[in-house]
Amino acid sequence: MTLASLNLWVIAPEILLSVVACLVLLIDLFLPADRRPGVGYPLALFALLGAAMASLMGLDNGSMTALNELVISDGVGAVLKAGTGIGTAGVLIYSREYARVRGLWRAEYLVLILFAVVGMMTMIGANHLLTLYVGLELLALCLYSMIGMQRDSVRAAEAAMKYFVLGALASGILLYGMSLLYGLTGSLSLAELASSSGSFAPTNLPLLTAVVLIVAGLLFKLGVVPFHMWVPDVYDGSATSTTLFLSSVPKLAAFAIMLRLLAYGLGDWVSAWQDMLAIAAVLSISVGNIVAIAQTSIKRMLGYSTISHMGFLLLGFLGGTAHGYSASLSYVVIYTVITLGAFGIILLLSKPQFESDALSDLKGLNHRRPGLAFLMLIVMFSLAGVPPTAGFFAKLLVLQAALENGFLWTVIVAVVMAVVGAFYYLRVVKLMYFDLPDQDDQVLSAPELDHVSTAARWVLTVNVLSLVLVVPWIGNLVDWLTRTLGTFGRL
Amino acid sequence: MRAQSRGPAKRMLSTAKTMTFLQLIFYIFATVLVGASLMVITVRNPVRAALFLVLAFFSAACLWLTLEAEFLAITLVLVYVGAVMVLFLFVIMMLDVNIAQMRAGFARYLPLGLIVAVVMAGELTLVMLSGEFGLDHAPRPVGQAADYSNTRALGEVIYTDYVFAFELAALILLVAIIAAISLTLRRRPQTRTQSPQKQVRVRKQDRLRVVQMPTSQQDKP
Repeated sequence: MTLASLNLWVIAPEILLSVVACLVLLIDLFLPADRRPGVGYPLALFALLGAAMASLMGLDNGSMTALNELVISDGVGAVLKAGTGIGTAGVLIYSREYARVRGLWRAEYLVLILFAVVGMMTMIGANHLLTLYVGLELLALCLYSMIGMQRDSVRAAEAAMKYFVLGALASGILLYGMSLLYGLTGSLSLAELASSSGSFAPTNLPLLTAVVLIVAGLLFKLGVVPFHMWVPDVYDGSATSTTLFLSSVPKLAAFAIMLRLLAYGLGDWVSAWQDMLAIAAVLSISVGNIVAIAQTSIKRMLGYSTISHMGFLLLGFLGGTAHGYSASLSYVVIYTVITLGAFGIILLLSKPQFESDALSDLKGLNHRRPGLAFLMLIVMFSLAGVPPTAGFFAKLLVLQAALENGFLWTVIVAVVMAVVGAFYYLRVVKLMYFDLPDQDDQVLSAPELDHVSTAARWVLTVNVLSLVLVVPWIGNLVDWLTRTLGTFGRL
Repeated sequence: MRAQSRGPAKRMLSTAKTMTFLQLIFYIFATVLVGASLMVITVRNPVRAALFLVLAFFSAACLWLTLEAEFLAITLVLVYVGAVMVLFLFVIMMLDVNIAQMRAGFARYLPLGLIVAVVMAGELTLVMLSGEFGLDHAPRPVGQAADYSNTRALGEVIYTDYVFAFELAALILLVAIIAAISLTLRRRPQTRTQSPQKQVRVRKQDRLRVVQMPTSQQDKP
């Protein structure tokens, strides 16, 4: 084996990010305390955008493996890696002021974000159960500690603890499934798993057990009912900047490992996992949308909304067709853009002593900040799936795909529940446009502090408006995403 | 010396009588391992639980020795028993763990836990009995040649085939260090610490004051 045969350029984004993360950590040592994250922030932004560029370079190279078949570089991987890099750059831009005011904006915070991105990119490019699992753990470990870094908050500590314990349990279940697969096939490589699948009957008991355990672990990481208990508590308990990060970009990586493990590795055993996914999808669309109605905190509400959206994401996996996977890919990309906008607006509305995370804080927002209220309107319409937004097309595609594969009842339940969900999204719009703020509320009536940087405003505006402006070209976007998927699934 | 110690073992493997001896060793250590693991989670005293965990590690190391994986066995004893568990015992003894409080919900959650455990155990028994994991699918490993080095084989695999996973594991350790320090390091302004840098740069004038005293009157005659 030579160095050239490793094809190191395939993991160029990961290498760049790791090197910059270590640099940020070292530079911080030699800076005076008042200028601490000053150098780290532009460096991290540069690394994230550079990594995204480097991933896009590999877009047209076709599918190829590297590092002794531990990693794979293909079209969908390139798109998801680039999305991860750009999305995380957005996270940094939005959360900078919020985190700085609250004392979270330290070099360690940046470094943990960068290492989490390395973990996500590893998951996206995994061609081997070992890399897939190690990437997953790298991401999870960074997220646990980012939540826990807000040490003065009891709720953050509780959220970190809950996430850690349940996440470790889910990792254990996933590992159990992987070890059974290894026992059955004698290999940890996803390619070998895919090729040896023909020799097993779909009713083979050890195989079914392995698939059940793996699906349970994956659904937990996605936060789908019945493995959703952690989602609202973690979303609500974390600092909003951390919630923004963990609710948006990791969904791309979660989609990637679903694709690699279920669609590729276990692709021939669709019949073994599609019914489980169908039940989980129906449950999570129903529970997520119904329970979200009762919430008074925006973060909690968006947490339950995430649960229902992950249910919609699963709809595309039913049937195991190329059409379905491309619908899910479009869904997860559009969903990530929407979530970045939603939490970005909450971050821009916050003040040094004020979180702005209760629904009542949005009352009369149109009178105070008409621009942000309009952006929030677009975000809520997108989440609800109201037609002139990208969110509508995302929902349409997955529902179409599930219908084509014969899951009629699943689709009917999903549509009914989407209508139920529209209630609480539109309630936010009503609060912003038709209600007046409580007169005696000192915080709301206090003058707005202009502490948010111009960059954050511009990026947020572009981010949210893209949800509407992309609509005329949505067909081209979906076609492009479908082409990157290449050979996944049956046509 | 390696070759000498391995020679007899190699010969023993080839005859039927000593094979049962290896099996006997396996069953002894496996029983101890399972028993010790059970004690870890059932025993009341956390110090005893930690000591049973040491026993479990030790039996697992012996099982690895029977598989000729000496490096792994020695690492398990050196790292886990020698370092990790000793630190663990320190932590247990320094923290005042309230056992009664920790066991408060035990009886309440016991039925549910038992159901889950029984279902899981039943499923896995069925899986193990299904014939996919029998000796014909996973034959008994044959003994290695006398000049075989487990350490070398491991090193070759880790640093060539799985170098990416190895580097990622290193990243995970780095993240763990950063996380542990940033979660626990709390700077208190009133703590008294030594600054070696200031200590070595101290000058005589800073510490020593020469005081001119008038000589005592009594000495004068």
